[in-house]
Amino acid sequence: MKVIVCVKQVPDTSGKVAVKPDGTLDRASMATIINPDDKNAIEAALALKDQTGCETIVVTMGPPPAEGMLREIMAMGIDESVLISGREFGGSDTFATSQIIAAAINTIGIEDDDIVLCGRQAIDGDTAQVGPQIAEKLGLPQITYAADIKVEGREVTVKRMLEDGYMTIKTQTPCLITAIKELNTPRYMSVGGIFETYSKPMQVFDFNTLKDDPLIELDTIGLKGSPTNIFASFTPPQKGQGEMLEGADQKTVDVLVDKLLAKHII
Amino acid sequence: MDFRLTREQALVQKMCREFAVNEVEPIAAEIDEQERYPHETVEKMRRYGLMGIQFPKELGGSGGDTICYSIAIEEASRFCGTTGCIISSHATLCAWPIFKYGTPEQKEKWLRPLISSTKTGAFGLTEPNAGTDAAGQQTIAVKQEDGSYIINGSKVFITGGGVASTYVIFAMTDKSKGTRGISAFIVDKDDPGFSIGKIEHKMGIRGSQTSELVFEDLHLPADRLLGKEGQGFKIAMTTLDGGRIGIASQALGIAQGAMDQAVAYMKERVQFGRTLSKFQGLQWMIADMETKIEAARLLVRRAAFNKDNGLPYNKEAAMAKLYAAETAMDVTTKALQIFGGYGYIREYPMERMMRDAKITEIYEGTSQVQRMVIANNVLGK
Repeated sequence: MKVIVCVKQVPDTSGKVAVKPDGTLDRASMATIINPDDKNAIEAALALKDQTGCETIVVTMGPPPAEGMLREIMAMGIDESVLISGREFGGSDTFATSQIIAAAINTIGIEDDDIVLCGRQAIDGDTAQVGPQIAEKLGLPQITYAADIKVEGREVTVKRMLEDGYMTIKTQTPCLITAIKELNTPRYMSVGGIFETYSKPMQVFDFNTLKDDPLIELDTIGLKGSPTNIFASFTPPQKGQGEMLEGADQKTVDVLVDKLLAKHII
Repeated sequence: MDFRLTREQALVQKMCREFAVNEVEPIAAEIDEQERYPHETVEKMRRYGLMGIQFPKELGGSGGDTICYSIAIEEASRFCGTTGCIISSHATLCAWPIFKYGTPEQKEKWLRPLISSTKTGAFGLTEPNAGTDAAGQQTIAVKQEDGSYIINGSKVFITGGGVASTYVIFAMTDKSKGTRGISAFIVDKDDPGFSIGKIEHKMGIRGSQTSELVFEDLHLPADRLLGKEGQGFKIAMTTLDGGRIGIASQALGIAQGAMDQAVAYMKERVQFGRTLSKFQGLQWMIADMETKIEAARLLVRRAAFNKDNGLPYNKEAAMAKLYAAETAMDVTTKALQIFGGYGYIREYPMERMMRDAKITEIYEGTSQVQRMVIANNVLGK
């Protein structure tokens, strides 16, 4: 059994947000972090490793400096890593990205008892599309919004957390699961892990590694092959301060109704 | 010559910083207020390899170096002097002498659990009448015919006393030989004849328990002797050389933490229509604080580097501790001053940092002792 975790290096939006003249994020000038939901996916993989002794692999697509993130993730305990990196992949939207990552996973190889884990969504794009699209392209069953994962043999039971309740789904490996923050508390790197991480294997998959994979269509990767175009990125204006009405009596309700009517909300 | 951290040391710093923000800072005020030993933090630190950073992996350690150990203490102490003190006293004062002077059997039995399981360690040298004059030990160990020892006496101000499981203690085996008559022993908390005396209430590092150790006909088998008979004073002094790097790192962290708080406050607090950061009088204070902190950090890293590379570090560790401790006291005092009245009340961490800083000028050799060590190195004894 092996668990493949897909992660993304994202700008640290708690710091300065820089935008290039063309409207896209100026990622080079911003501090980066491991996408928060992806850390929950990493922790889920490590918990499965603790439980079963399975092999764990982390996969990311990004520029060469993304190696630093992969070393941090291996210092948390992941066994090996794959960096998908090439100019041909630059500017890919979720459609193109999921195709490339699916091809990379295909190259690593999916066996009957394997699991692919992703974070629900990345904090820079907030689309939540890449995980499900990877599953579709690999032909794997997918379970999103995992708040709990149990694996017994090939049977996988996932508790999904939805807006209006929970849903429990059972499936068989191989499958793809997307993690939410309620799934677990990610561990830190360990000092021992840090001193091992630079001797752990890291492969680089470039365009030549993946171009002949059956999942790759050369006209739908990279900026040119991406159906999504970004016209502008900006920091949204702060919302005005809300107004609190105190009291549970008829008068307070009347005031509330008047205010909602005035704003044409009801 | 390269002043940058290695890539592994930089990752250790990043990891320790995250750990300190998430695990140490949230309970720092509480453990100080309640004088509560943070067992939960110690357990987490052990899980992530912070309690045995500088020991080899073969013994259950993390395989790191003294610089990583120093970084871990500095980062924890930025938020909580107690936590920095716990890492330092456990790893350098108890685990290290067993690592350096223990037999393979002693390392297996006593050191491995200190590094990799739930046991913590402490060090017992100071006595009511043997503080700075450590050679004046009155605790007596009498050798028996079968090679075992009967120990009587007491120790005071022992960091970790009562919470530690394993103690490295010192006793006179031959009073006629002076310092060459002192020997080191390993004591288990459950040894008959060993007990914990008075638990002290302290000004600072209040989450770290400090107590008296009492030995009443404490019977130790021969295999508890650490090193050779009469080697105890040397063991104590070399252990304290390393310990001083830990305390210097703690002092450095406390100073850095106070600095961070003062800088953030100066950028926020508005008086006379301007933030405090715009007042030149305060800017000069900040410049002096920053320069001292950076100088302290260079001294600490240099001492740690020397230790890691087999170079002499007796003078370097003393200078690092002396300068970092006095910097911590100076910087916390100035940082509290920048906070004004808010610095003096318990709602803010400044007064705790100032209280925590003071001990670094006292324990593991006062600032006066550090000056003696430095002068002896320069002038010759």
